[in-house]
Amino acid sequence: MSVGQWSRDLAMGVRFAFSGGREGWTRALLTAVGVGLGVALLLLTTAIPNALAERDRREEARSDHTFGQQEIPKADDTLIVLDADTTFRDMDVRGRMLEAEGPRAPLPPGVSAFPAAGEMVVSPALKELLASDDGKLLRERLDYRIAGTIGEQGLVGSHELAYFAGGKGLAKMLEGPASGARIDSFGNDDLGSSDAWDPVLLLLVLVVFVVLLMPVAVFIAAAVRFGGERRDRRLAALRLVGSDSRMTRRIAAGEALAGSVLGLVLGTGFFLLGRELAASVEVFHVSLFPSYLNPSPLLAVLVALAVPAAAILVTILALRGVVIEPLGVVRTAKPSRRRLWWRLLLPLGGIALLYPMIGQGNDGGDFNQYLVVGGVMLLLVGVTALLPWVVEAVVARLGSGGVAWQLAVRRLQLSSGAAARMVNGIAVAVAGAIALQMLFAGVEGNYTRASQYDVSRAQMGVDVPDGSDPSAIIGKYRETEGVRKVTALSDVYLFDRGNEDSSVQITLADCASLREVAALPSCRDGDVFAVKGSEYESASDHLAEPGTTLWTPEPDGDTARSGERPVSWTVPQDIRQAQPREDPTGYERGGILVTPGALPEKLAAFMSARLFLSLDLSVPDAYDHVRNTAARLDPAVQPMTWHSVESNDRYATIRTGLSVGSACVLALIGASLLVSQLEQLRERRKLLSSLVAFGTRRRTLGLSVLWQTAIPIGLGLLLAATVGMALGVVLLRMTNTSVRVDWPSVLSMTGIGAGVVLVVTLLSLPPLLKLMRPDGLRTE
Amino acid sequence: MSIGHTLLGLLESGPRHGYDLKRAFDEKFGHDRPLHYGQVYSTMSRLLKNGLVEVDGIEAGGGPERKRYAITEAGITDVARWLATPEKPEPYLQSTLYTKIVLALLTHREAGDILDTQRSEHLRSMRILTDRKRKGDLADQLICDHALFHLEADLRWLELTAARLEKLREAVTR
Amino acid sequence: MTIPAGSLLTAQDLRKAYGPTTALDGGEFSIHPGEVVAVMGPSGSGKSTLLHCLAGIVMPDSGTIMYNGREVTAMGDAERSALRRTEFGFVFQFGQLVPELTCVENVALPLRLNGSSRKEAERTALAWMERLEVDDLRKKRPGEVSGGQGQRVAVARSLVTNPRVVFADEPTGALDSFNGERVMELLTDAARSANAAVVLVTHEARVAAYSDREIVVRDGKSRDMERVV
Repeated sequence: MSVGQWSRDLAMGVRFAFSGGREGWTRALLTAVGVGLGVALLLLTTAIPNALAERDRREEARSDHTFGQQEIPKADDTLIVLDADTTFRDMDVRGRMLEAEGPRAPLPPGVSAFPAAGEMVVSPALKELLASDDGKLLRERLDYRIAGTIGEQGLVGSHELAYFAGGKGLAKMLEGPASGARIDSFGNDDLGSSDAWDPVLLLLVLVVFVVLLMPVAVFIAAAVRFGGERRDRRLAALRLVGSDSRMTRRIAAGEALAGSVLGLVLGTGFFLLGRELAASVEVFHVSLFPSYLNPSPLLAVLVALAVPAAAILVTILALRGVVIEPLGVVRTAKPSRRRLWWRLLLPLGGIALLYPMIGQGNDGGDFNQYLVVGGVMLLLVGVTALLPWVVEAVVARLGSGGVAWQLAVRRLQLSSGAAARMVNGIAVAVAGAIALQMLFAGVEGNYTRASQYDVSRAQMGVDVPDGSDPSAIIGKYRETEGVRKVTALSDVYLFDRGNEDSSVQITLADCASLREVAALPSCRDGDVFAVKGSEYESASDHLAEPGTTLWTPEPDGDTARSGERPVSWTVPQDIRQAQPREDPTGYERGGILVTPGALPEKLAAFMSARLFLSLDLSVPDAYDHVRNTAARLDPAVQPMTWHSVESNDRYATIRTGLSVGSACVLALIGASLLVSQLEQLRERRKLLSSLVAFGTRRRTLGLSVLWQTAIPIGLGLLLAATVGMALGVVLLRMTNTSVRVDWPSVLSMTGIGAGVVLVVTLLSLPPLLKLMRPDGLRTE
Repeated sequence: MSIGHTLLGLLESGPRHGYDLKRAFDEKFGHDRPLHYGQVYSTMSRLLKNGLVEVDGIEAGGGPERKRYAITEAGITDVARWLATPEKPEPYLQSTLYTKIVLALLTHREAGDILDTQRSEHLRSMRILTDRKRKGDLADQLICDHALFHLEADLRWLELTAARLEKLREAVTR
Repeated sequence: MTIPAGSLLTAQDLRKAYGPTTALDGGEFSIHPGEVVAVMGPSGSGKSTLLHCLAGIVMPDSGTIMYNGREVTAMGDAERSALRRTEFGFVFQFGQLVPELTCVENVALPLRLNGSSRKEAERTALAWMERLEVDDLRKKRPGEVSGGQGQRVAVARSLVTNPRVVFADEPTGALDSFNGERVMELLTDAARSANAAVVLVTHEARVAAYSDREIVVRDGKSRDMERVV
């Protein structure tokens, strides 16, 4: 047959799609909306890598300094940058203090003029936060006048909180503990390129993409078939006026083509809308600008070609088992029994692709991306191929039961394919999600660990700058709202004269604070204790003997105390023994503990102090009150906040992304399930009414509808769990992680799948009840 | 078809001369077979004898053609009874039924009731035939079916007429 | 109207409107046990609505329906459903057989709804199918049988519970006259021998000729021809 005829028939189908009256329109629109949603999701996901890359580029362009950077001399094009990051509640604020040292000092991206001392430029999101009631505490901390806003160029997300504050005399602060540098340009090539992805994380990302996109593909395939039964009747009319059966199929394909092309257009629209929407939300502390979300052209073209092609293919395949006769549609009464062998080939092929990569996770080896994607796809497609066979095989063997059961089983026996199609999407999504959750649970230990911090004792820590008076600072923190207890420890390392490699830690604190770091027999001011056998400091145990003279380090010209002469201290005779105890940061210190009364004044200048703050967490914003105090004392000092669990940020990001994505996909599939369910019910309106007429209880009919979805869903979820666990095992073996079935996640994923079905059934009940009204008998 | 009842019915709307009666009859029912004047004369004299009509007046010149007739109470009752009595279902009785319907419309009686009554009568016949058909042999069935189909044709005409009664009323009373 | 003595099912002064359309405007009806009553009238006259009201499928806006001494119009939905299940049978024009069930399962369905076991229900169903000369179709699905056969299966289903009243709404509407008459013959024979009353909505005279008497509905008003004549 010629290309010309093909295109003629397709074109005719396209015309029919739009000229078929209200019914034709509705169908085309339904398909288009379904396809459109799928396309939008495809485009958004394909745009995410680009968006992240764009963020990286922006981050790179504004990077200013690193540790170990070359020092440059002051000039008319230099700028002092000081880190002034802070945290407000659980939000990170990127902050910098700036002081231009000359007229040609570089401006950071997105900033048009340097803020004067006491002023700052802020990101729009920070401006909004500061203006709100919620931002009161932060306003106290960032006590600068707002002189302008940072443009999009200088931000990595629409919701990023950032500010640049002007300062004076910052160069002097560079010598202190503050983190900063003198720079002559922004943007550092060495900085932006982040370290290579861990192959296991990369594997996770690949699998997440496939797992999210496969159900979308299945969904698009289902959307193309929306309204199929009515379409078939229309096609029968075409046969009546003389089109042959091949032509009819091509015309049907043309209709599907029209729907899918319209779907592409809608999808682009949805995508653009979604892009704007994406800018207005912040997901797990990452926000984007709409302009970041640009799908790569190649992928976009692929989507634009693949979706219509798939629409045509699916339609022609779907019509294979349907004979369209001039006077109606005959579904071949006994469809040939589904064969198992080729259906099994798909998942087995998938495993075959993945198998060679087993055990490559730990030696830093790469996974072949194509094999991973191909293997996972084949396994998941295997679910859609196996499910119709499973449903057919099981349903054919289902025995007798009540009337509702009988009605449902008989219907499934007659059209097991349609039933399987309905749940395919959910099954694929659940199978993928189970495999992923297993993989996540398996490798979780590698990326998340319980921190050594004992957050029941202290929740925050602050370093007191060298040379400042600890007692005044301690006082400030004690007065801070929400602080229950301040443990202050000052440290200095003293050396054995003549042996610079041998040193001992001297810790100065009052008795109450010392008890936090050691088990003391008793304690009065003036006591000195030796802690021996601690985890980290046992090498210096011999220096803690009474009578040993210890020295402060030789001045090395670089420090603030240069020029001072070393000071000595002799370990007193009445030193007592104490047992080591972990401090709230998990550190078990050794050496010598000294109460203030036992330490000569001259040593105090060499001490650097750290405070452990234990907070009263019932006080709202206790953390932020502490941060405000710290900022008042020294804007360059960042209090540390301790958590009981530390996780790799990237790992957490992927896991959250998966949850959000799964939710979207399941919602989408649920919607399509609802549409086809309602369509089926409408088809049976007359029958339902007559069943009610002769006294069938509504409960019976409702129950039969429930069984009708529950049976294939049950089978689908069972299959999904099996395939998902198989895939999970393979993936775990690939990453060399011990295989363990994560039952809670298997159960919760299947539970969510079942929940979607339950919701769909519940939502279809009101229309069902409406259809069961006797009006159905009337409209004939 | 009963000419006597028809002429009586025509008189219900008011006294008429014999000649007028003939003209009215020809116009409404006589389409292809006009009434002979002698038929009018003999019918009227029979009705007169039975007391269904009376002579309302005689114009100068004498002769039957000059008599003006009016319907009596008995005459009206007779027309009503005739209209209410269903015709025996037989082939080709539309003309009679048609006459009855038109007269009912002209005399503002319920034409629909006439149709219902007639349908009922037809159905009664059809039931008898159907019953005979069910109990009889093939010959009976064929004979009965023939009759049934004819009766069904009448009934279809009845239904059609019932559906068009309003239009017909407009046409005949214009 | 006075209710004739010994009536099984009667209706008085039924009114029913669907939105702005008045379907019934003073419907009257009565039927005796074992009687076959045809409900005739032009399309749109309210015939089907009268049937739906009588059968308790639709509640009239006003009026009373009495069945066997019980007031149908005072029953709740569940009670009416139970009444339809146990005392009534139904035949419609088409689209009433469940396409997924075999013919014998379709016929057995009302019995199963009443709680009979599957085996017992299908045995009774088969007996009725024999009577209606369609027992050879038992394993077939409705999609595989002809229209006339399908209607006979539907008639068998309407009679399988030994109902006191069978409601038939244009039962021959989709059939040719030969098949239509055969279905009517079987329906009325079976109903008479079971002493079931039949309410037969039809616009075809030759179908109505299988009745004992007819009721004419016009503009929502019904007229009992026997009592008029």
